[in-house]
Amino acid sequence: MSFLQQALAIAGKDLRSEIRSKETVNASLSFALVILMLFSFAFDPGSDQVREISGGLLWLVYAFAGTLILNRSFARELVNDCLDALISSPASGAQLFFGKCLANYLLLMVVECVSFPVFIIFYNARWPARWGLLFLVMLLGTWGITVIGTLFSAMTVNLRLRELMLPTLVYPMLIPALLGAIRLSTVLIAGEALETDDQIWFKLLAGFDVIFTVLSLALVEIVLVG
Amino acid sequence: MRLKIILALSVLSGLILSWNLHTMFLKVPDELNQGAIFRIIYFHVPSAITSFAGFFLAMFCSVGYLIKKDLRFDSVAASITEVSFAFTTITLITGSIWGRIIWGIWWTWDYRLTSFFICWLLYVGYLMLRRAIDDPTTRARLCAVLSIFACVDVVIVWKSIEWFRTQHPGPVLSIRSGGGMAPGMEAPIWWNFLALMMLATVLVLIRMRQEAMQREIDTMRRYAHAF
Repeated sequence: MSFLQQALAIAGKDLRSEIRSKETVNASLSFALVILMLFSFAFDPGSDQVREISGGLLWLVYAFAGTLILNRSFARELVNDCLDALISSPASGAQLFFGKCLANYLLLMVVECVSFPVFIIFYNARWPARWGLLFLVMLLGTWGITVIGTLFSAMTVNLRLRELMLPTLVYPMLIPALLGAIRLSTVLIAGEALETDDQIWFKLLAGFDVIFTVLSLALVEIVLVG
Repeated sequence: MRLKIILALSVLSGLILSWNLHTMFLKVPDELNQGAIFRIIYFHVPSAITSFAGFFLAMFCSVGYLIKKDLRFDSVAASITEVSFAFTTITLITGSIWGRIIWGIWWTWDYRLTSFFICWLLYVGYLMLRRAIDDPTTRARLCAVLSIFACVDVVIVWKSIEWFRTQHPGPVLSIRSGGGMAPGMEAPIWWNFLALMMLATVLVLIRMRQEAMQREIDTMRRYAHAF
């Protein structure tokens, strides 16, 4: 089987398991809605202030909700020693990692696509005119979250303090990507024109994704097997 | 032998630091716009360079561990990271004091400051991860990977002054900007850099001794449990 076929088989297994149990997506989606509601107490929904920080609100929701999905990604394989079985299967560490990344990416994108219209309704924001560009930002930003989160999920899976360590390690690492995504999303949701300076954020997001995808694929075998 | 090197470097570093303090307080005049507070740069910039150099060196040691699987590489990486982390803290604190006097605020979310703070947080994570794993081999393996990842972030910090708009002062050292400070005012920065590098080396050597002792104790403990 080719690299992609093996990865797709792993992704398919994870997605089937998730579709049957729905435990992670349901928890993540409910958590996203709870955070969106809590933010409405912190800021006056519909005010100009919210428009200025809309990108920040949105990406904080995505990052927090994403951690729930990512935390479970490898932890769910601990039961019945499934992780050991996966590691000893013909699939390489990189294929296993990439497959899990694809599944997590899809799940996180579903959570984002559902919570974004809810955000628009709750905060009286207008549907962005350049929604295609915003979707591109979401695709790039979410891949950054997924790639880092999945690798660190693999790193922390056997730790006693797994639930504590994952966010502590992941969020600082994600900040450059989140900064870019927040800045671009705020501009696009507010309907403002993208300035020349903003192009560097697109480059930063794309660069972040490429660098960390390559690094993760190169190092995941060491993380999983040693 | 190592003890002698530690002693020699400590004495030399102490002497250079004392001489520098004498030079910067009694010989170098106040800066025209900033006044006396500009002297903080003599510790701020060398600390920043020392911490960056340390993080890069720690990354190379981590790569060395992943290639050789020798725990000594891991203890060097861990020691260097801990010392560099201390210097990062010094950089953040001295920068903050300077900002309070010159900008009127302790902190601003300028990209460079933010990036440096992110680096600090990343290495807090590194130190936490070290304490969260009991098995030395697993700890060395995972921390080596984290060190490589964190170092990529250090590169972003290093380049951020050129990439992003920032209110942080531009490069002042002649090596980067072609001359921003008078030579008489710049020289103590390099002498302080030398002294702090020596101090960092001393601290790393001491920390490595502790790590070696810890490895020995771990081995004895395992040996005792085996019987």
